[in-house]
Amino acid sequence: MSARILVVDDEAAIRRLARVALERAGLAVREAENAREALLFANAERPDLVLLDLGLPDRDGLELVPLLKAKGLAVIIVSARDSTSEKVAALDLGADDYVTKPFDSEELLARIRAALRHRAGTKAIAPLVNIGRISLDLAGHIVCRDGMEVHLTRKEHDVLAVLARSPGRVVTHKALLAAVWPDVTDPPMEYLRIVVRNLRQKLETDPSRPSLIRNETGIGYRLSSD
Amino acid sequence: MNEPPAPDPDALLKAAQRAARGRLKIFLGAAPGVGKTYEMLGEARARVAAGTDVVAGVVETHGRADTMAMLDGLERVPLRQLQWQGGTLAEMDIDAILARRPALVLVDELAHTNAPGSRHPKRWQDVEELLAAGIEVFTTLNIQHVESLNDVVASFTRVRVRETVPDRLLEAADIQVVDLPPDELIQRLKDGKVYVPAEASRALAHFFSPANLSALRELALRRAAQSVDAQMLDLVRGLGLPGQWPVAERILVAVSDHPGCESLVRTAKRQADAARAPWTALNVVTPASRAAQAQARLAATLALAAQLGGEVAHVPAPDILAGIKAHAAQVRATQIIVGKAQRSWWFKLRHGSLVDRLIRETPGIAVNVVPIEGPVPAASAALGRPVPLAGWVWTLLMVAAATLVALALRSGLGIANVSLLYMLPVMAAATLFGLNAGIMAGLASALAFNFFFLPPIYTFTIADPENWLAVAVLLGVAVVTSQLASRIRAQADLAATSARDNAVLAGFLSRLTRIAENDALAQTITTEFARQFDCQAVLAGPGPDGPAQLAASEADVALDTMAQAAAGWALVRGEVAGHGSATLTASDWLFRPLPGASGPLAVLGLRREDGRDPVPPDQLPLLAGLIDQAALALDRARLAGEARQLARVEERDRLRATLLQSVAHDLKTPLTIIQAAAAELERGSTPALIATVRAEAERLKRFVGNLLDMARVEAGALHPMPEPIDLTDAIAAAVHDTRHVLGDRPIQLDVRPDLPLVRLDPRLFHHMLINLLDNAGRYAAAATPLAIIATRRPDGLDLAIIDSGPGLPDGHDPFTAFRRLKGSDRSAGGTGLGLAIVKGFADAMGLRVTAANRGDDATGAVFTLHMADNLLVRTPAEALL
Repeated sequence: MSARILVVDDEAAIRRLARVALERAGLAVREAENAREALLFANAERPDLVLLDLGLPDRDGLELVPLLKAKGLAVIIVSARDSTSEKVAALDLGADDYVTKPFDSEELLARIRAALRHRAGTKAIAPLVNIGRISLDLAGHIVCRDGMEVHLTRKEHDVLAVLARSPGRVVTHKALLAAVWPDVTDPPMEYLRIVVRNLRQKLETDPSRPSLIRNETGIGYRLSSD
Repeated sequence: MNEPPAPDPDALLKAAQRAARGRLKIFLGAAPGVGKTYEMLGEARARVAAGTDVVAGVVETHGRADTMAMLDGLERVPLRQLQWQGGTLAEMDIDAILARRPALVLVDELAHTNAPGSRHPKRWQDVEELLAAGIEVFTTLNIQHVESLNDVVASFTRVRVRETVPDRLLEAADIQVVDLPPDELIQRLKDGKVYVPAEASRALAHFFSPANLSALRELALRRAAQSVDAQMLDLVRGLGLPGQWPVAERILVAVSDHPGCESLVRTAKRQADAARAPWTALNVVTPASRAAQAQARLAATLALAAQLGGEVAHVPAPDILAGIKAHAAQVRATQIIVGKAQRSWWFKLRHGSLVDRLIRETPGIAVNVVPIEGPVPAASAALGRPVPLAGWVWTLLMVAAATLVALALRSGLGIANVSLLYMLPVMAAATLFGLNAGIMAGLASALAFNFFFLPPIYTFTIADPENWLAVAVLLGVAVVTSQLASRIRAQADLAATSARDNAVLAGFLSRLTRIAENDALAQTITTEFARQFDCQAVLAGPGPDGPAQLAASEADVALDTMAQAAAGWALVRGEVAGHGSATLTASDWLFRPLPGASGPLAVLGLRREDGRDPVPPDQLPLLAGLIDQAALALDRARLAGEARQLARVEERDRLRATLLQSVAHDLKTPLTIIQAAAAELERGSTPALIATVRAEAERLKRFVGNLLDMARVEAGALHPMPEPIDLTDAIAAAVHDTRHVLGDRPIQLDVRPDLPLVRLDPRLFHHMLINLLDNAGRYAAAATPLAIIATRRPDGLDLAIIDSGPGLPDGHDPFTAFRRLKGSDRSAGGTGLGLAIVKGFADAMGLRVTAANRGDDATGAVFTLHMADNLLVRTPAEALL
């Protein structure tokens, strides 16, 4: 059975556009035009994922994020608001991803796939991840590039492991820092930057054009999922 | 001080305006019937005889034969007939007069109200038009029609006239009073020679009482004199002439620390009101030192004067009389009010009467003497100041030394010369230690002289009566010398105090004038006051809810509720409040208003930690001077700030207008294309158009993004949130986001992985890079290479974006908003905002951005972002493993 997506947006044109793109990709679509409808359908129909606009007429979309997450739904924010602080806030509240309007429908579909995959994966984390030329054995702490084992420091391994837990999804700086340096209060951002830089040197084909560990400006990092 | 005084530009301007206009001459009378019209006609005839082109615009003869006769032979401009409610009214024909253009026109009854339908409702407005046309006007006016006197006249005549003439007409006019003693006027009235409308005869009977007529006559004469004064003042100022020019009343009241002086101030206020004259309360600062209590009384008296609307002046002078004389001459006072307290005959004998000397030495100025009650404060102690113990000892030692010298030289000296020798200790003691020591020296010298030198020697008996003279001379010398010396010393002290105060004022002023910015100015003011008076100072201005602290001499100064209340009072009322004043005395702080043109600009608060008065009474004049300077400086800064604000608003408006034009064009182009392409696609046209729609949509997206960014830059709403970023990340993201614009251009990346991180706002930096890449993509031809090179420098890090386009023309600043290279392809263009945004963001983050042409053989532009050393983040080696 195909995944069911709830598109929440007060603009009919945006809903229609999303429906066309999603249905073309074989997803089932339900539309809601305000927060009340969104909660109603989320309860009644148990969709797999919600595309959520923040600027809803009756309620701020950010308030819906924890409610939807509590029901175990994947949530992708689709909004015209592009301040980094708002994106980070949405992600911190549990949103799986954030897409800024105007959006590219291919990109939107990629994010949806990543989020759905993650949602399926939360039930049982796959110990082995393969991305392009890289294979990760998270349990065995082994990382191979083109089949050759690459030596990573502990922090490099930790960062990679956190990203690999949800390939294709953005992980905020804050979440990464907290996960990798748990015993440092307010670990400085430069730690993360340097570790990511070193990881790239070891894993990327062209470290100055990173394709494995993608930067989300001002928000976090994302591990490529393909 | 002796440079020639500069002419006052306002006065010159007024004179110039008068020169271009026709002159106005007003024949001013106390009442109807004094013969104004007759007088005017008489003068007009004289002018005709002198060859002036005179016409009569309107003359009310009221049928009197003598007046009619005077009108004979004068050219008259016919009156204009107006239809009004069935009847006909005749009014002066202003158009006919203007067309006729005489040199002089006679317009009777200046206060007349024109008939409805006339050009101006009032005749004086007609007259103003004639004057403006350069025609001289003679007119007549009764004093009760002068606007400012209307109330006064009505109050005693019980006849209120509604037709009034503004005072400014009188101020610019030559005024000739047509005067007739009241008795003669009443006689004329009885003889029927005065025109009285029948319906008003009963009211007028009261009006023409001798008392009323006298009062009106006085008013007319005084008003004329006042007008003359005002014009003379303008003349004096215009020429920059100094000199004694009597003006309308100007009252000076001399006050001291005497407790009765408050009533003196009130008297001055009443007299000033009666004479409608400005007045000044004068405090002559003499060398005589005063007790703090007396200073406080003086301050209270001066505060009262200020509160009653008088000016307050502090004049340093060697004595009261000199101070009063100097200030009276300076402000051209016409009246001096002084108090006279009952003093002992002895005091009068010693000092003479101040009042008598004042009257004698200020000829031409009326001196009003008001008796004042209350005990006389202790007289000045300058002459008989206490002598320190060392003074007594020194005095006696000097006398002893003189005696020893005289004894040693006795054989060679005559008795007379010995007595001369004793002059030395007497003069020295009097000079050094004052009168008492001088007298002491005189007595001691006389005794020693008598004992050692006057026969019989070694007794205190004086045998020869002639020798009494020697003793008397010694005493006399002591008194005279000490008087002279103490006077000189007092004057020197005064000069020193005055010089010190002036130096303080000048220093303060020069420090203030160097500051244009408001906050810095407020800070300097508080610091200076705190330093000068060795106390805490705070400056508060009007805030949204009550007084708001602008600056304080110390960082931790905070005003409590009581101080807030006192500051608020001072700010709203413009009065002194708080500690040591009359209001809200419970506050630790004393607040003084800094006066501005319309109410206090701010208030200055002063406080001493030890709870004493923040400013000692003898420094109050200095405080007042400093406060005036501070107020001026604040006012200047406020005006400058307003001018800057205005300039900013204008500049912003200009930018907005330009932006709107630019945006309208740039947004409509892609919209047009998208709309047309969509319509074509609907009709099943070629799918190639889909790429067009997509490209144009991208363009629109970029425009809108830029517009929003520019709005943020202009609104100053950029709040960079810097964090360490990796240039590799930033460049990769920017290249990714501009892939559609850059298309097939090969990009050479030279960003070494060991470069330091840079502390920047990631989002703003991303937008800067996008705009720079977008710019390169727009100007450089397709498929030409593009390079992004990061270079570590000793003082920072440079990031250069190098294209292979045509390069920049000479003298072109690419970072100015709304500027775009001519010839650049419109279809690929934008609002020209991109680089201005780069500049705005760079400024906000402390980056420097420059543009230049390539130095090598190829053409192209180089845009470089210079990141200074302080933006770079040292790579932490620890905690990474």
